[in-house]
Amino acid sequence: MSAQAVKNTPMVQNHSLRNGLSTIVAIGLLFGGLWLAEQHFDGYQTQLLNLVAINAILAVSLNFIYGFSGMFSLGHAGFMAIGAYVSALCILTPGQKEMLWLLEPIWGPLAELSTPFFFSVLMGGLAAAFCSFFIALPVMRLGGDYLGIATLGFAEIIRVLFTNIAPLTNGAIGLRGIPAYANAWWNYTWLIITLFIILSILKSNFGNVLKSIRDDEIAARTMGINTTAYRTMAFCVGGFFAGVGGALMGSLVTTIEPKMFNFQLTFNILLIVVAGGLGSVTGSMVGAAVITLMLEWLRIVEAPMNFGFVIIPGIPGMRMVIFSMLLVLIIIFRRQGLMGTREFSWNAFYNSIGFKDRESFERSES
Amino acid sequence: MTWELFVQNLFNALTVGSLYALIAIGYTMVYGILRFINFAHGDVFMVGAYFIFFGVTAAHLPWPVAALVAIGGASGLGILVDRIAYRPLREAPRISALISAIGISFLLENLGLVVFTGLPRPAVQPQWMVDPITLGSIRILPLSFIVPVVTAILVLALLWIVYKTRPGLAMRSISKDIETTRLMGVSVDRIIALTFGLGSALAAAAGIMWAMRYPQIHPFMGVIPGFKAFIAAVVGGIGSIQGAVLGGLLLGTVEIMVVAFYPTLSGYRDAFAFVLLIVILLFKPTGLMGEKLEDKI
Repeated sequence: MSAQAVKNTPMVQNHSLRNGLSTIVAIGLLFGGLWLAEQHFDGYQTQLLNLVAINAILAVSLNFIYGFSGMFSLGHAGFMAIGAYVSALCILTPGQKEMLWLLEPIWGPLAELSTPFFFSVLMGGLAAAFCSFFIALPVMRLGGDYLGIATLGFAEIIRVLFTNIAPLTNGAIGLRGIPAYANAWWNYTWLIITLFIILSILKSNFGNVLKSIRDDEIAARTMGINTTAYRTMAFCVGGFFAGVGGALMGSLVTTIEPKMFNFQLTFNILLIVVAGGLGSVTGSMVGAAVITLMLEWLRIVEAPMNFGFVIIPGIPGMRMVIFSMLLVLIIIFRRQGLMGTREFSWNAFYNSIGFKDRESFERSES
Repeated sequence: MTWELFVQNLFNALTVGSLYALIAIGYTMVYGILRFINFAHGDVFMVGAYFIFFGVTAAHLPWPVAALVAIGGASGLGILVDRIAYRPLREAPRISALISAIGISFLLENLGLVVFTGLPRPAVQPQWMVDPITLGSIRILPLSFIVPVVTAILVLALLWIVYKTRPGLAMRSISKDIETTRLMGVSVDRIIALTFGLGSALAAAAGIMWAMRYPQIHPFMGVIPGFKAFIAAVVGGIGSIQGAVLGGLLLGTVEIMVVAFYPTLSGYRDAFAFVLLIVILLFKPTGLMGEKLEDKI
C-alpha cells in the first residue's frame, strides 16, 4: 500500500514520465539493434538471436507460474507442443497440408485452413491457455512436488496423444516445412508483448495476490482470497505464453515432431529460470541470454576438434553433463540465482549513473 | 483371446509389475523419509544394468558375481548422490531438493552417454533364462518365474530390515519426525544414507532383470520405467513399502492387460500410467495404502 501511495506523489510522477520515455527509447534502441543485426548477422547468429527471444518468453512464463505464483510446474513442454502444433496447423497452406498427410488423411475442416502469422501464434497461445485451464481444474488442489509430477504427466500425455492422433498432428512424422515467419522482428515483438503483460499483471493487485498465495497460501485463504481461482488464472496466463513460445519455436525451426517436446525442453527452461533467479523477470531475461548462448557455445565440446596434428573426437552428451552440473551447483550454492528477486528499474539505473534522488534502490517486495 | 495367451500375458504382467514394484520401493522410501521425489532413481536403475554388462564383458566376472558387484556399485552411487546433491539441501525448501534431483537425473543420463556412449548394447543373458519352458500349450520364459520370485525374496528381506532391525526402526522413526529422532541420538544422516543404499540396490536389481526382459541397455532406459515406478508408488500410497509393491503390480497388470485386450490402444501405452496417476491424485491422493500426510501449519 505504501508503495502505491509514494507512486502517486507528484515528484515520482515526474519520474514515471522519465521512465516511460526511457522504456520507449530502449525499445527503439532494441529495434535499431535488430535492424543492424539483420544487415550484418549470418544465418547462425540470427538463429541464436531468435532463440534468445523465444527462450526469454518461455522462461518468463515459467517464472510467472513458479517463481511468482509458487506452482511448481513441469508441464511447459506440453504447452509448447500445443502452441507449436496449433499455430503450425493454422499457417500451413492447404497445398502443403495435402503433401504432408500421406499415411492418413487430414481431418476435414483443417485441410482448407490457412491464417496469417500473428493470428496463428495467438491461436497457439490461446489453445495452450485453454488446455492449461482444463489441466489446472484437477491439479490445482495439489501442492508442491505433486503438482510438478502431475503437470509432467500431462505433458507426457499430450506428447503420446500427438504421436497417435494422426488426422490432426500427422503422428510421429510431425509437421515439416512450416513457413519460417518467425524472424527477429516477430520474436522480439512477442517478447515485448509478453513482458508488458506479465509486468502489468505483477504490478497490479492480481500480482500482489499471487505473491501472497506463494508466500503463505493459508494466510491468503484466511484473508478471503479464492486461492484456487487466482492460481488457475495465473496458470492459464503462463500456459498462454508457453504456447506462444512454442508457436514461435515451431516457425523458427520449421519442423516439429512430438519427440521434440520432451522433458529435456522443460529442463532447459527450468535451468534458465533457476539460473536467472526465481521471482525475477529481469533474471529470466538475463538467464535466457546467458544459458542460450552457453548451450550453443558448448556445442564445441561435442564437435570433433582438429588441431592440425591431433584430432580430438567430439563427446556427445558432454554439454548436458555440464548443464546438469550447473543446475545442481546453482541450487546448492546460490539458490537465488543471478538476480535473486531483484528487478531492473529505471530509478536504480539513473541512480547508479549519478542522477541521485531521495528514492533509494528499488527492490521488488517478492 | 485364448486362455493360453491370457496366462502368458498374466505372467508378463507379473514380471513387469514386479520390476515396477522394485523400483517403486526406492521412491517410496526416500519420499517417506525426506518428502521429495528422487528423480535420479530411474537413472540408478540404468547404471545397475550397465554395471553388470561391463562386469561380465569387460571384467570377465561370472554372472552372479557381476550381479552382486552391480548391485553394490549402484547402492554406492545412490549414497554418493545423496551425500553430494541432497544432504546440503536438507534445510532448504523441499522443491530445491527436487530441482537438484532433476539435475542429477540429467547428469547421470548424459554422463552415461559420455562414458558408455549412446550405442544400445545387448544385455548379458545366461542361456537358461531365455530358453522358453513349454507347459502344455503355454510357452513361458524362465525369467517370468525368476523375476517375481526374486522380487518377493528381496521385498521380504527389505520388510525384515525395516520392521525387525534397529536401523529399520530408526528409518520408520525418521519418517514420523526427523528432529525428535535426532534428539534420541540416532545418526540421522547415516540412516538416510542407508535408505538410499537399500533403495538403489533394489533399483539395480530391477535394472539387471529389466535388461534381461527387454534385452537392450542404453543411457536413457531408466527414464520411462522411473516415471512409471514413481507413479506406482503414488498409486500404492507414497511412503508405504507394501503400497509400492501393490502399485507396481497393479500398474504392470493394467499396462499389459489393456494392450492385450485392446491392441489398437498399444500406441497409448506410455500414457496409461500418467492417466492412472491423475485419476488417483484426484480421487485418493493418499494412494491405496498410504497414510494421510498432513501439511504442518
